[in-house]
Amino acid sequence: MDFAIVVLVEILHSIAVLVLISSGLAVIFGMMRVINLAHGEFLTLGGYVAILGHRNGLNLYFCMLVLAPVVVGLWGLIVERLVVRWLYGRLINTMLATWGLSLAMTGAFSMIFGNTMTGIPNPLGGLTVGDYQISGYSLFLIGAAAAVMAVITIVLKATRAGLIARGAMQRPDMAQAFGLNISHVYMTTFAAGAALSGLAGALLAPLVGLSPGSGANYIAKAFITVISGGASVVTGTIVSAGLFGSISQVFTLVTSSVGGEIALLVAAVVLLRLMPIGITGRFFKGWT
Amino acid sequence: MNSRVLVTEVGQVVAGTVVCALVLPFIVDVHTATLLTVYAMLALSLGFIWGFGGILCFGQAAFYGLGAYTYALAAINFDGAWAAFGLAILVPAAFAGLLGALMFYGRLSDVYLAVVTLVVTLILFKFFNSTAGPSYRIGEARLGGFNGIPGFPTLTVPGSPDTYIYGAGLFYFTIALLALVYLGLRLTLLSPFGRIVVSLRENEERTELLGYDVRFYKSAAFAVSGGIAGLAGCLFANWAEIVTPGLFSLGQSAEIIIWVIVGGLGTLIGPMIGAALLGYLKFALGHQSVVDNSFIMGVLLIVVVLFLQEGLVPTVTRFAKLGLRRSSSKNSRRQSRRKRIVSDVR
Repeated sequence: MDFAIVVLVEILHSIAVLVLISSGLAVIFGMMRVINLAHGEFLTLGGYVAILGHRNGLNLYFCMLVLAPVVVGLWGLIVERLVVRWLYGRLINTMLATWGLSLAMTGAFSMIFGNTMTGIPNPLGGLTVGDYQISGYSLFLIGAAAAVMAVITIVLKATRAGLIARGAMQRPDMAQAFGLNISHVYMTTFAAGAALSGLAGALLAPLVGLSPGSGANYIAKAFITVISGGASVVTGTIVSAGLFGSISQVFTLVTSSVGGEIALLVAAVVLLRLMPIGITGRFFKGWT
Repeated sequence: MNSRVLVTEVGQVVAGTVVCALVLPFIVDVHTATLLTVYAMLALSLGFIWGFGGILCFGQAAFYGLGAYTYALAAINFDGAWAAFGLAILVPAAFAGLLGALMFYGRLSDVYLAVVTLVVTLILFKFFNSTAGPSYRIGEARLGGFNGIPGFPTLTVPGSPDTYIYGAGLFYFTIALLALVYLGLRLTLLSPFGRIVVSLRENEERTELLGYDVRFYKSAAFAVSGGIAGLAGCLFANWAEIVTPGLFSLGQSAEIIIWVIVGGLGTLIGPMIGAALLGYLKFALGHQSVVDNSFIMGVLLIVVVLFLQEGLVPTVTRFAKLGLRRSSSKNSRRQSRRKRIVSDVR
């Protein structure tokens, strides 16, 4: 029984990590059909901001929940204005340009922070369940992932900003005819996605050490979660993160952590072969 | 294709190769020149499938690494290094053909194609990185995990198994192979198969309506490109005398794409020039530590995507043609137009 709880928490934890790392990408891809290959570096940037803030004496939770999203969101704003906005509608070119951005940011990180691992201590202790220990931070992450999904749903479904964003993405020409500034809507959406990435990167920083190339560890997982999820931002992310998180955690328990990662990637290739437009392209049509 | 075209093609390529083979060792040392030639071949493989077939593969490094590993593993296990050489082309080509069939018969398009190729590269990278223990072995060869496989036999001169091909010999061998591959691709593009590949880029739907099996031609072209990348990997293994999982890294894939797009998409000569130039730039930048290398590569890629969409070679050619046209009379203009039709496949 205790073991079952531990396994359940482990599985939920890996789903939560997938949800967090892919939510920023999901907003940007799902709303704007732009693939941001620098997403991994946005996450890393969030992590570095949190670490630097913490080292300079700021409260850790303030750094993770406020400072990192704000800084990365601003960075996303700059990137959108300088690079991405010239390339809307040219999918392959955006992928190439953002991949260039990813390389450039990796290079910049190693020039600024050096080619070493840095990290911050895990702020929460463990909980005892029977004979086992559960990390308190795992539970915190699960809660955070649920909160992020809830906030995205509420913003998209129940606020005026979400209505404008959805309208502008569905029919840009019509939205413009109603007097909306499409360019600003895109800019804000991109910045919001970047801010989510910053939040996720900061939340994950206590779990894994950060090095300039950390982004590469996230990007493929985030990428396949979003693409397999399909067009719906929230439903797609939750469903595919749930699927891949469970698969990778089960294989990690049975074989090794590399076995889990490889199982995840193989599952993604098979899934895309079977459902070329993602899970929500076939099921859950029309969900957010 | 008549024999006169064939003779001109062969003549041009041979002349160009001889000039390069003579001049390059004076600009950089032979060791570096060999590596640049290997890079050029790798860029050529992507330049063909992306520039002519319109298929952007984000994981060309997978076939490159696979070629290098196949050579290393086969060279340790078999007696003749030349058998390994053959396998190093066939295995990546077969792998690319199968992967291509999986994607194209599933009708995956651009973004999904990019994801699948990227993910496959990552799987290979993770797998070879995690094979450190003695339990991971193929025949007599240990896979060696992060450290890779050192100390496999390199190519020897056929007929005398003790004379290894290295140094200047390896350079001339590599550049001759590059010339062969380049010539082969040019002739392929003039053949019916090549025409169909180009028509896939131009209009896939129309090609299909004309009765060609698009899925088959895409997979076949993908296999050709994979085989060339594998050959480049095999030559790299002979040059470096070690293969490591780094060959499969995402950075490697990115670099190949940058070479091709900087050199010029839709040409064969462009990617080779791009690879040689940027490979040399990387080599020169390696001597200083102020600016990080991937920072420069990244900024370069952004700048090219934003401002120099066509790449170096097409841009330069266009300006050259503009100058030529201004100075020439009507009569020679007609001639240059005829030339241009032939030169379109360069």
